[in-house]
Amino acid sequence: MTQMNMVSAVNDALRIAMQNDERVVLLGEDVGKLGGVFRATAGLHKEFGGDRVIDTPLSETGIIGTAIGMALNGLRPIPEIQFGDFIYPAVDQLINEAAKYRYRTGGDFVCPMVVRVPVGGGIRGGHYHSQTPETMFIHTAGLKVVCPSNPYDAKGLLLAAIRENDPVLFLEPKRVYRALKMDVPEGSYLVELSRAKVVREGEHVTLVAWGAMLLEAIAAAEEVKEQGIEAEVIDLRTLWPVDTETVVESVKKTGRMVIVHEAAKACGLGGEMVAQICEKAFTHLQAPPRRVTGWDTPFPYTLENEYLPLAHRIVPALTETARY
Amino acid sequence: MKVVAKQDSTPASAASRKLVSVLDLDGRADPEQDPRLELSLVKRIYEAMVRTHLIDARLMKLQRQGRIGFHVGCEGEEATVIASSAALREQDWIFPCYREVGGALYRGLPLQSYIDNMYGNSNDTAKGRQMPDHVTARSVHFASITAPIGTQITQAVGFAWAAKIKKQDLVTVTYFGDGATSSNDFHAGLNFAGVFQTPTLFLLRNNGWAISVPADHQTHSRCYADKGIAYGVPGVRCDGTDALAVYAVTRAALERAANGGGPTLIEFVSYRTGPHSSSDDPSAYRDTAETEEQAKRDPIKRLRRYLERQNAWSEADQTAVEERLQAELNACIERAEATAPPSIASMFEDVFEDMPAHLLEQQAECVNGPRTRKRH
Ligand SMILES: Cc1ncc(C[n+]2csc(CCOP(=O)(O)OP(=O)(O)O)c2C)c(N)n1
Ligand SMILES: [Mg+2]
Repeated sequence: MTQMNMVSAVNDALRIAMQNDERVVLLGEDVGKLGGVFRATAGLHKEFGGDRVIDTPLSETGIIGTAIGMALNGLRPIPEIQFGDFIYPAVDQLINEAAKYRYRTGGDFVCPMVVRVPVGGGIRGGHYHSQTPETMFIHTAGLKVVCPSNPYDAKGLLLAAIRENDPVLFLEPKRVYRALKMDVPEGSYLVELSRAKVVREGEHVTLVAWGAMLLEAIAAAEEVKEQGIEAEVIDLRTLWPVDTETVVESVKKTGRMVIVHEAAKACGLGGEMVAQICEKAFTHLQAPPRRVTGWDTPFPYTLENEYLPLAHRIVPALTETARY
Repeated sequence: MKVVAKQDSTPASAASRKLVSVLDLDGRADPEQDPRLELSLVKRIYEAMVRTHLIDARLMKLQRQGRIGFHVGCEGEEATVIASSAALREQDWIFPCYREVGGALYRGLPLQSYIDNMYGNSNDTAKGRQMPDHVTARSVHFASITAPIGTQITQAVGFAWAAKIKKQDLVTVTYFGDGATSSNDFHAGLNFAGVFQTPTLFLLRNNGWAISVPADHQTHSRCYADKGIAYGVPGVRCDGTDALAVYAVTRAALERAANGGGPTLIEFVSYRTGPHSSSDDPSAYRDTAETEEQAKRDPIKRLRRYLERQNAWSEADQTAVEERLQAELNACIERAEATAPPSIASMFEDVFEDMPAHLLEQQAECVNGPRTRKRH
């Protein structure tokens, strides 16, 4: 075991994947000599050389399009998009190409690649360095979407994602990057995709979250404990395909659900989960399911802590839902 | 204005093209190249360069002290930014990257307005919604600074194209870096400008680096100015640390565009002597020897030496300018720090012209909801 933060856990997973599988290559802006603007690829250029840790010209569509080509020819590319906010020039390649290759070729061509994308706010980044563009990638068929909340899961999920034979979008919450350290096993281990985790048991209300907001959810759960409310906190970990079953089982027990996400409310994964709960556990519900999310505005700069669904906004949602 | 290309003297180039320059490193003007600008104009340009330099230094310090969140400046590129802005006419428009706020200030943006933006307070014209240095300044024809690389380039072409359709006498200039030449919008922008012959200047700041990626890794072209060839857009290479050359080259291209001659791509060869931004540490990827070597091309020193040679500048002038600027800066910072953050309700405004029902609902929920203990 080694104490690691999320950046070093990601770095460790990448190193292990590169050591174990020479098909793995990294490419992106500043990932080489600098080791990435968040240092997630630090030291890898030196260890594996410029043919496997590639500094690209400044073009996201170039990065993703060529990664698709590499994947089609048998490599396992791990492209990095420097900030989630800058993924849009590559959206055509991601949504129309990577996500559709398997389907449109009758399963003949596949694009195994893991697109690493730092996301989220809380770092004083304003609109262009804080977005969480998960919804559109969940909505389009053919992409898996993963978002860890802690260093242990980050490493295990990333190693599992690299083994996938489908394209995976790996969203890394910047706010968590250096926020906490925990014991992380040395060497390889896997955290299975599409498996949510009950991280705190409780009987009164189910609280679903992921990524940076999981820490806020736990803080809120601790706060309402003083009022005698026990929240069961679930970390979704993989956003798509989502583990509905774990959430349904919990809601059958608690009869109540609050779901938290940083992305805007409209059409977010919260709405999808509420719909699924209504379809699959309606008769168990004792209160209307609640969403606590980013507002349907662009991400602001000065007021970012008013935009984010932090613990102070989760707490009243929990108490009201529990006492409904 | 006649500008003749001269022998390349920069280390950055094994390129085919001649590099336009006027001043040598000690501020001696080549008589054949000297645009012979009015000394009052040169002084104005020089003072603005000094001003930008001092503002950058101060803002970086404020960032280190945690008083502002971020800063991106133009250290080493002062001549490129200021002298090109100075060559524009009042009616012309700038579509900036993020290092050209000095151009907006030159054109009359009040310093207080810029500093309010750095603090994202309630007096900020962008209402505290953007990161520091993402200035919007309609009053000086300076469009909104955007972070996604390259996006301003096509917009500048569209603005100029509209002017052509409306028969307005204006030219647009768009700034961007060497890294941005790899973006989709660079290519689309040059292509559209070529096809529709829009009055647009593409001002490419080749500062040697795109964060940690060196300019020679960004392209396999012999030089950046060559990139115009494929689009039928003339390209010029100019020493971007030489204010007189920058002015002359920009002015010539501007006059051509204004007279229906179409777009020009100008590569300003300069150097980013500082970090990419307050978030960056260049020691991780570049040699200090290179930076020291490039620092010899210091654009401010060169122009100062030029003025001194004309007996148009003295140590006393310098001190007076610096003292005046520092006092002005101090006052602006003090005022910005005393200004309240934007109201919470304002976060929901300007998403649309009229606030739709769902945002009215969310606004009420947020304003009347629980407050965070975190500061804004
Ligand atoms: C589309 C996009 N991708 C990535 C980034 C992150 N980024 C910000 S500045 C920069 C380098 C830009 O280099 P260059 O165009 O040379 O401009 P310079 O900063 O050197 O002035 C990068 C990669 C971005 N802002 N937008
Ligand atoms: Mg550059």
